[in-house]
Amino acid sequence: MSAASAALPGPLSERDVARYRADFPILAERIHGKELAYLDNGASAQRPRAVLDAERRYAEHMHANVHRGVHTLSQRATDAYEGARERVRLFLNARSSREIIFTRGTTEAINLVAQSYARPRLGPGDEILITWLEHHANIVPWQMVAAATGARLVVAPITPSGELDLEAFARLISPRTRLIATAHVSNALGTVLPVAAIVALGRSRGVPVLLDGAQAVPHIAIDVQALDCDFYAFSGHKLYGPTGIGVLYGRERLLEEMPPWQGGGDMILTVSFEATTYNALPYKFEAGTPNMGGAVGLAAAIDYVEGIGLARIAAYEHGLLGYATERLSAIDGLTIIGTARDKASLVSFTLAGVHPHDLGTILDQDGIAIRTGHHCAMPVMEFFGVPATARASFAFYNTRAEIDRLATAVAAARALFR
Amino acid sequence: MDLKDLYRDVILDHNRAPRNRGELAPPAHSARGHNPLCGDQLTVYASVRDGVIDDLKFEGSGCAISVASASLMTEALKGKTLTEAERLFGELHEVLTHSDAPVPADLGKLAALSGVREFPARVKCASLAWHTLRAALADAPAAVSTE
Repeated sequence: MSAASAALPGPLSERDVARYRADFPILAERIHGKELAYLDNGASAQRPRAVLDAERRYAEHMHANVHRGVHTLSQRATDAYEGARERVRLFLNARSSREIIFTRGTTEAINLVAQSYARPRLGPGDEILITWLEHHANIVPWQMVAAATGARLVVAPITPSGELDLEAFARLISPRTRLIATAHVSNALGTVLPVAAIVALGRSRGVPVLLDGAQAVPHIAIDVQALDCDFYAFSGHKLYGPTGIGVLYGRERLLEEMPPWQGGGDMILTVSFEATTYNALPYKFEAGTPNMGGAVGLAAAIDYVEGIGLARIAAYEHGLLGYATERLSAIDGLTIIGTARDKASLVSFTLAGVHPHDLGTILDQDGIAIRTGHHCAMPVMEFFGVPATARASFAFYNTRAEIDRLATAVAAARALFR
Repeated sequence: MDLKDLYRDVILDHNRAPRNRGELAPPAHSARGHNPLCGDQLTVYASVRDGVIDDLKFEGSGCAISVASASLMTEALKGKTLTEAERLFGELHEVLTHSDAPVPADLGKLAALSGVREFPARVKCASLAWHTLRAALADAPAAVSTE
């Protein structure tokens, strides 16, 4: 096993981080002749060797179709896939693996709830409550439901620091609110939303709550029973796992009531041309051959991350966030967008006189990868009156030295455009 | 690849102080262009008389490449016939999308945009204003450039 298995107590030291960095082959890549400083983890995190090996091991020794064959490989594939499901259940502390549905990612998980939970039961005048902080993946699926059913999308406002206005949010829960869907962590600003309060509000008003956890799972340990949310969605690739695999956790009682949203193989028990009997949970929602290798890779990513410890990761990243905030704030003309008290480790910013897209190109020449653009959160950009921002998002494998390089390169870009 | 090749002085200058910014009232032609990748949003206005672009303006915001390209475009095409404008766009497009294409002498100042071709992710930025102008002129009565 890699360094991950040596879960040391106490904070991550520079030596620990150097050791973990060595687990990620891509971090040794050189970009335009420079060392890579990968600061775009909010878009997609890199994969450690443990994940790459697990995917490869699956492909080389276990692959066949799942839930179908009596032959050995089919059984191995099924065991590997269902083992991954159980690993995810443990990770989220769900009551049952029937509550863990594999999807292509967060987007598909939210669409599943939109099409299978919301669409059949919403009607004209019903309301779906979201916040101004949402990623497009937690806006557009609800707009589609609203267009199909006559329901209305209600958007809770945010404050100038990029925090949810919780009082306004509470006031916006009406007798017609049928579903609350909010981010756990904002991808554009890093704001951690007060999900405990949001879920409590939903509970007290009898409104189910979906949390978009895409940006939260790499930084915050999730316990869906303690959270008491009804749905929780996340993606593998933001958690150092593969792309094309994600998870929808759903409360079993609700999932039982929901019809399948895609038809095909694996989601049925019997099919005749007159009638089809649907399979049990979770298979009812997994039509077609799933992404077994992806699920296995995701399970390995969870093992890896938990081997380090999410609390230690969060503490270290918090240090990086503080350092980056301090270094970047000191740059003349730089404005940090999103200054919530509780933030995940990302900094969104603008630089006077330099468009974020130009900044992205300039930093890339120095081997520094950041995200520039609207971050699939155009309403957030509109709220702050900017077309785009530059966003540096940090993982536990990032270092203060990389943040120093970022700050130096940003200052140089400002000088170039002056 | 060198940043100085992308951000040449001409480009930095036109980004800092874009020429021909503003609106033209109808019956001038206009169209809006949007580059969702970086959020560039430009509106291009063109007044055409007897097949000649007699005034050309733009407004909006975007990255340095898209703003400088729009600004350079307004300078280069004012007074040109629609046919000449179309030919220049064709030449520029060829230069932007083929790293080995020679840079024709008649591109003049527009040649400053040729560094963009080493940065494929930015070609859309450089061509945004041009595509927007083409959309604005789509209904121009003297749009005779049918080659």
